[in-house]
Amino acid sequence: MTIEHHGPELRHHFSTAEQQRDASSLGMWLFLATEIMFFGGMFCAYLIYRLNYFNEFAAGSRSLNLKLGTINTIVLICSSLTVALGVRAAQMGKRKLLVVLLILTLIFGLAFLGIKGIEWNEKFKEHHVPGASFDASDLIRDYPQIHIDPSHEQIYFSLYFAMTGLHALHMIIGVGIFTYLLYYSWKGLYGPNYYTPIELGGLYWHFVDIVWIYLFPLLYLIDRKPLG
Amino acid sequence: MSEHVLSSKLSYGIWIALMVLTVVTAGVATIDLGPFNTIVALLIATCKALLVVLFFMHVKYTSEKLTKMVIISSIAWLLILLFLSLADYTTRSLHAS
Repeated sequence: MTIEHHGPELRHHFSTAEQQRDASSLGMWLFLATEIMFFGGMFCAYLIYRLNYFNEFAAGSRSLNLKLGTINTIVLICSSLTVALGVRAAQMGKRKLLVVLLILTLIFGLAFLGIKGIEWNEKFKEHHVPGASFDASDLIRDYPQIHIDPSHEQIYFSLYFAMTGLHALHMIIGVGIFTYLLYYSWKGLYGPNYYTPIELGGLYWHFVDIVWIYLFPLLYLIDRKPLG
Repeated sequence: MSEHVLSSKLSYGIWIALMVLTVVTAGVATIDLGPFNTIVALLIATCKALLVVLFFMHVKYTSEKLTKMVIISSIAWLLILLFLSLADYTTRSLHAS
């Protein structure tokens, strides 16, 4: 039996670095599969209520800030680019570039959360938050062409806050993960022989980006046609 | 699995495509296409998601078939959830009358 010499990054219960990386990657994809079902429940609730209360969903969607929503989508896409380039930098052993790209990713992530905070603040001021102080009279006044039931309007905004809130929670966790990755990248832990944490963190970040790619049209773009 | 290194040129290309699709989807939403507004929005979103999964998440280059199986089955589960739920909720009114 030959004894293979390898770096400390290879755990002894794996034969090769490749096998170790495949196992980690498969585990991450399985986790993402559970995440799809986690968000899937909310998308399912959204679908059922949207089919039943389309008018209220359309009016609620119109009241969202399309400009900020589009900017946030672009911010998130930029962060996905820096993550993809970061994985590449790690694979090629470019430590400084990796650190810079991770910092950029964190900035984009925090910018997204900041803009989301501004949007939520607007909704609080407009009394569009479900609960005792909910008030849809501005929507009823603005869109006299369509019949709006305030209690059904609350369902739209409940789903809006639940879905963007759950997404924002994932972003906050992502910022935590990337701060951790930044620290160890700075220490020089990752390189061509071992970059699995960067790769898996990247998979998580891209997944959260994909959730937003669907949330954006489903929440903001339900009915943006000019009202005739 | 992902020994493959994504070229920076391709990364920027995907990024530009994603940006363009974002602006297109926001623009198309303001044009009245009837029921096709939703279909177009979802098609664009799916194109964007595919670009991210295939290139940024390296799925196009993976030789590991298990990864692809996990992805395809998780989408299948999601579709089961959505379609069977709708099969219930959209047909309830049939019995009410």
